[in-house]
Amino acid sequence: MSDGWTSAISDFFIAYPLLLAAVKSVLLAVALLIYVAYVILADRKIWAAVQLRRGPNVVGPWGLLQSFADFIKFALKEPVIPDVANKGIFLFAPFIMATLSIAAWAVIPVADGWAVGDINVGILYIFALSSLGVYGVIMGGWASNSKYPFLSALRSAAQMVSYEVSIGFVIITVLLCAGSLNLTDIVNAQDTSYGMAGWYWLRLFPMFIIFFVSALAETNRPPFDLVEAESELVAGFMIEYSATPYVLFMLAEYVAIVTMCALLTILFFGGWLPPIKIAPFTYVPGVIWFILKVSFFFFFFAMVKAFVPRYRYDQLMRLGWKVFLPISLAMVIIVAAVLQFWPAGPAGV
Amino acid sequence: MPLLEQYLPLVIFIALSAVIAGALLVAPFLLAFKAPDPEKMSAYECGFNPFNDARMKFDVRFYLVSLLFIVFDLEVAFLFPWAVAFKEAGAFGFWSMMVFLGVLTVGFVYEWRKGALEWD
Repeated sequence: MSDGWTSAISDFFIAYPLLLAAVKSVLLAVALLIYVAYVILADRKIWAAVQLRRGPNVVGPWGLLQSFADFIKFALKEPVIPDVANKGIFLFAPFIMATLSIAAWAVIPVADGWAVGDINVGILYIFALSSLGVYGVIMGGWASNSKYPFLSALRSAAQMVSYEVSIGFVIITVLLCAGSLNLTDIVNAQDTSYGMAGWYWLRLFPMFIIFFVSALAETNRPPFDLVEAESELVAGFMIEYSATPYVLFMLAEYVAIVTMCALLTILFFGGWLPPIKIAPFTYVPGVIWFILKVSFFFFFFAMVKAFVPRYRYDQLMRLGWKVFLPISLAMVIIVAAVLQFWPAGPAGV
Repeated sequence: MPLLEQYLPLVIFIALSAVIAGALLVAPFLLAFKAPDPEKMSAYECGFNPFNDARMKFDVRFYLVSLLFIVFDLEVAFLFPWAVAFKEAGAFGFWSMMVFLGVLTVGFVYEWRKGALEWD
């Protein structure tokens, strides 16, 4: 493409900023959904490999088209709405859940300056949307008017809000170090000459672990999948759902997981920054590093699902309120004190 | 950049995700073959008919957890602006927030001792 063309295109988009935002949005949404399709496949493949199975391997080479085949199957299935259900809320629940979890991606910078809307309160926006996600579960569970979904909705409401508190405190410690709510600024604050060692995962080490475990609980992943707990609640709040309303719940769940991986990447793993600041690593585009880091964290999400037995509900609440909350509260005070009395120290570099 | 211009892309993206979710939601109602019967439309209950309505009484602890959540989540909301303006707030900001966190810690210890966090 010649320079004349590129400048003509950039002039066109400068003249119509809304059109540019629309094009960016469509590109991001398509990329995100394709990535999620392969994340679902990777989840199944990793789980299968741990159990010495092959996993999906029939549709396409190595089963690469499995997620798309599943999607078409679900779109053509008969949608069943129970007679006793409150139909409006019943259908609204998966809709609101999928919309909210995809919408969170609007502020995530996948590379320097590559965000649909790089607003100055980015982290607050994501925090707000992930808090709203619990409504989808409660509405779905209540509107089904069946006992298992109802119990599941209660459990999940208590579980998700419990772990949200510690996630909030962890984010506070990162904000203390970075001094901004903007996600791009948070990544840039980790851009030191130490490369990987300058990222927040090392400086805020216990918080990194707490955030990872809380992210598992917040997205209802095993070992904290008491919302679904197939051995006691069959499929949790999703029992009465079929066809694409069910797909929307699954989509929302996996998009939320990828969002949490992206947040781990941005808050603790330097976003799009290369791990070592020397020649071959700095040539790789930022978006590649971002995708690699998100996939790295998703690998751990999948491995935890394969390895760790499910928690009991009282153990789950104990971990959230009696272990993570005191530790993260103490860390907020410690990080603030270190920044106050030793500004040149490890937290403030 | 003016405030509104900064937020318009967000509105576009939220609308786009709503369109995606909405299109998925209506697809099977338009495409799929439907053959409803009373058994299929009944609520799931391990193979027998439900005895009563599903909106039953439940443990008061779930209320307690939501109450505790409101307290701590509000606290986090208080901490956000303080954390962002930490360097500008200086020693006064630091010590006043420590007093606030101290009061909250006393409340947390009280909850713990009273057994509000027990599940058994």
